[in-house]
Amino acid sequence: MSRRCVKVYPVFERFWHWTQVLLITILLITGMGLHGMHHLLPFGPAVMIHTITALTLLALWIFATFWLFTTGTWKQFIPRIEGMIEVARFYAWGVFRGEKHPYKKLFWRKHNPLQAATYFGLKWFVFPAIWGTGLLYLGYALWEDAIADSSWWLSVVANLHLLAAYVIAAFIIVHVYLLTVGHGFRSHVRPMVTGYDEIELTAEQEAYLETNEPERLRHARATPAE
Amino acid sequence: MRPYSLLGAAVLSLGLALPLLAQSTAEAPEAPQLSKSTTDHSKLKPLQKQFTSGPEVTAACITCHTEADDQAMHAIHFTWEFTQPETGQMLGKRHVVNSFCGNVAGNEARCTSCHAGYGWEDMSQPPPQQSTAVDCLVCHDRSGQYTKTADDAGFPPLAPVAKGTKTITGADAWPVDLTKAAQSVGMPGRDNCGNCHFYGGGGDNVKHGDLSSALYEPAREVDVHMSADGANFTCSACHVADRHSWAGSRYAVTVSREDAPHKPGAPRDIASCESCHSSDPHPASLMGLKLNDHTDTLACQSCHIPEFARGGVATKTFWDWSQAGKLKDGKPYHEEDFIQSDGKHLHSYLSTKGDFKWEENAKPIYAWFDGQVEYTTADRTIDSTKTVEVNILHGDPEDGRSRIWPFKRMEGRQAYDSELNRLVYTHVWGPTTDTALWTNFDWPKAIEAGMKAAGAEYSGSYDFVDTYMYWPITHMVAPAEKALECESCHAPDGRMSNLAGVFLPGTNPNGLIAILGKLLVLATLAGVLAHIAIRIFSGKKGGPDV
Repeated sequence: MSRRCVKVYPVFERFWHWTQVLLITILLITGMGLHGMHHLLPFGPAVMIHTITALTLLALWIFATFWLFTTGTWKQFIPRIEGMIEVARFYAWGVFRGEKHPYKKLFWRKHNPLQAATYFGLKWFVFPAIWGTGLLYLGYALWEDAIADSSWWLSVVANLHLLAAYVIAAFIIVHVYLLTVGHGFRSHVRPMVTGYDEIELTAEQEAYLETNEPERLRHARATPAE
Repeated sequence: MRPYSLLGAAVLSLGLALPLLAQSTAEAPEAPQLSKSTTDHSKLKPLQKQFTSGPEVTAACITCHTEADDQAMHAIHFTWEFTQPETGQMLGKRHVVNSFCGNVAGNEARCTSCHAGYGWEDMSQPPPQQSTAVDCLVCHDRSGQYTKTADDAGFPPLAPVAKGTKTITGADAWPVDLTKAAQSVGMPGRDNCGNCHFYGGGGDNVKHGDLSSALYEPAREVDVHMSADGANFTCSACHVADRHSWAGSRYAVTVSREDAPHKPGAPRDIASCESCHSSDPHPASLMGLKLNDHTDTLACQSCHIPEFARGGVATKTFWDWSQAGKLKDGKPYHEEDFIQSDGKHLHSYLSTKGDFKWEENAKPIYAWFDGQVEYTTADRTIDSTKTVEVNILHGDPEDGRSRIWPFKRMEGRQAYDSELNRLVYTHVWGPTTDTALWTNFDWPKAIEAGMKAAGAEYSGSYDFVDTYMYWPITHMVAPAEKALECESCHAPDGRMSNLAGVFLPGTNPNGLIAILGKLLVLATLAGVLAHIAIRIFSGKKGGPDV
């Protein structure tokens, strides 16, 4: 085992992440305005920005889903129970005792088990909920005539959309906060900017990368193994 | 003089144009002005005489327009009667009671001053049936000087005009030149319709709120269709006529329609926005698509008439008849506490009529409306413990044809039979009777006389009841850029915040799910803060481990 500086986030994944940051921020701000929580923007322009941003994000998600499956990256997001208890115990207890984060990022597994479970939930439930309800909300005129009490059903759609938005807002709070735990904020954010992170490689992985994908290894910044 | 100067100009321009003729024929001399109409009425023999009465003019008209009188006499302008097709109720001015001057019966010659005929002096009888009882000039005079006397059953003021005589618009009357009027006739202009319809309820814009003298020459902001800077429409551009009957009714309003829109000038029989603009009138942009999503819920008027009583003329919004009859030193008096934007003082009290309130640039109220209006006619029992709706708007969010429509809500307090619990007819006008309210200020006598004139049963005891009367707002359409902004309604205190049957995003930021969501976010924040606090107190900040 050796600790090497490896490119873990390819360009598309970083682009995906930061574009989501921007688009979701815009959606949250305009969405809160549309919900009547603030009046920073007039309603009409806010609807337009919210709609265009949402459609852009949907397009990005379609690309990302394609990318996840063609590159095999989707495996990174499959949740596993193994190690989850240790990570949970760390956030609830160990972190206060100055313990090290129990999870060691692996080449084939860049998320800790809690992270993977969270992203799994987001990708399979919360995000589909928000864009599903969002599309129903946007396309109200297409289905209102087909059912009775369409106004009531629209309010259900709107409330589910709102609930999903609040869950995402809560996720963002925790997501950003946890960057400060363990290795520290900067070292957590840096890989998502540069793409490179220090991870443990087995001799086989190291040999494979050096032979087949040398550009994914950054020799200069490599530090001695612990 | 004019033909010569025209000729001179023609010769001059021909001379100038000749050298250029090879390149351009556009600068050819102007053709002589052709009359738009095929008939110059001043050249018609039957009209080249001194007329001494309105009916005499009508007699001359129908020597050529042989069916016009028959058509006109079948139209609501003449019958003042309308059978509501869905409720079967008999409505029309001849029958209904409103919250303004109340009723026609017993007040005939004053009210029928705006009848499109001559000499209807008894509401218990149909209007006079002779051909010459139709008033052609009130709609077709284009000389601008034809009018009707305010209290003479539809007849015009003729020389010599008695001092103090008023016209239907409240102006000092002048002697009408009937010959000039007869020779001027043409299709109705805004003034022909407006001289009656702008002054309903006894004064400028008193009744409707969206029909006032501001529409004679409206600015573009006041009415984009009627303004000379807009489409320059006359009323009949939308209110198309067929056999002297006009499209448009406030007893049976066309709220929604399914068929394709018509190009201007194409035959159609309905006065609605969608008749020309279709039901998806907004541009094919993202915003346009979103706005078109609204048209199956909202009447166009709801957004495109942001306020009524625009253009500087206020409308009466409150009328308390119970205060009428107060005298000072035995004499009627008035107060003028409302100041219109042009500085004009309007009555806030009249001994004859009671207390008034006025509004200018007034916000409508909004209600689901399928166009059908029911009236609390004087034969209906009312619940006097509640505010009585003089007219009842039909509409249902789920019926697929109702739309949210803007209304002027007139608040009133008017007389009713306190034993039989019915609205009453009141004899208000009658300068020579000893029972008319406006002359004698005696309610019991005025009601008794009114009920007698209407042939209605009366217990003899009366009181006053609060009333609402709704006036659909449909005129004074603003230019698109002056339409309501989204947040006029999509806001917690928006215009439709009390309207049931519609889900309006942005109106309720504190619903159950919103509170749950906020609690979730607050709990998350609290958890994070607690986590931070423990990390600080335990002295281990979880810093970099490298």
